[in-house]
Amino acid sequence: MQTDTKRRVFLKGSVASGAVAAAVGAGLLTPQMVLAEWNKAAFESKTVEDAAKNLLGLEGAAEESGDITIKAPDIAENGAVVPVTVDVNMDGVETIAFIARENPSPLVAAFHMGDGGVPFARTNIKMGKTSDVIAMVTAGGKTFMAKKEVKVTIGGCGG
Amino acid sequence: MSSMKVKAKEKDGIVEVKALIKHPMETGQRKDQKTGKPIPAHFVQQITVEQGGQTRVSADWSGGVSKNPLLFVKFKGGAKGDMVKVAWTDNQGGSDSAEAEIK
Repeated sequence: MQTDTKRRVFLKGSVASGAVAAAVGAGLLTPQMVLAEWNKAAFESKTVEDAAKNLLGLEGAAEESGDITIKAPDIAENGAVVPVTVDVNMDGVETIAFIARENPSPLVAAFHMGDGGVPFARTNIKMGKTSDVIAMVTAGGKTFMAKKEVKVTIGGCGG
Repeated sequence: MSSMKVKAKEKDGIVEVKALIKHPMETGQRKDQKTGKPIPAHFVQQITVEQGGQTRVSADWSGGVSKNPLLFVKFKGGAKGDMVKVAWTDNQGGSDSAEAEIK
């Protein structure tokens, strides 16, 4: 049952266009690993609420959860490179989204769990100014969240 | 030739995959300081981490991820000696991949 859900997450939506098609053509992604198309609406959303709705189908608030741990600096000296780690102590995690509330486009990254994927992710993000870093997690058809404020002394969005 | 360095390590049944990707990750918001023209958006959009013929983890990114980004993810089901492949595509049709043996 879990496998079917994950397959639906991966295959929903058109996969015919853009960079994914180029990669398939180049033999870099075999058909079984073709992904759902990059979610332009979510990544171009200007508010946290729109991003969550477009990426995760969330209507209303996500439940705050102590099972989601966000590791990020209290103060980021360089807003261009802010390390963020999210670790989730839950079963059945499908997606982990990294969101910076005050960024022009708050949704920065989404990690999708495949077969055997462990709900953990780390990357470095750009932050324009002091903001909550929000992790939104879907598990078992529900969306949870946690947040941590990161103070930024020099903004890193370059805009 | 590859834009990526990938390392994979197995401990207690969990494989940790770290990749360092050389990529400008331009948001499209910056302007060229000499010409004043906007620098086009150029960023890694989708990444897959594959092992044993399966995509273990995938990621969707925007230009909000830092330049020369780090990716660190974990999965269960791989063993020392197995190969892990990390592949990315960007918004301008670019792509690359690299493999590493799980140590």
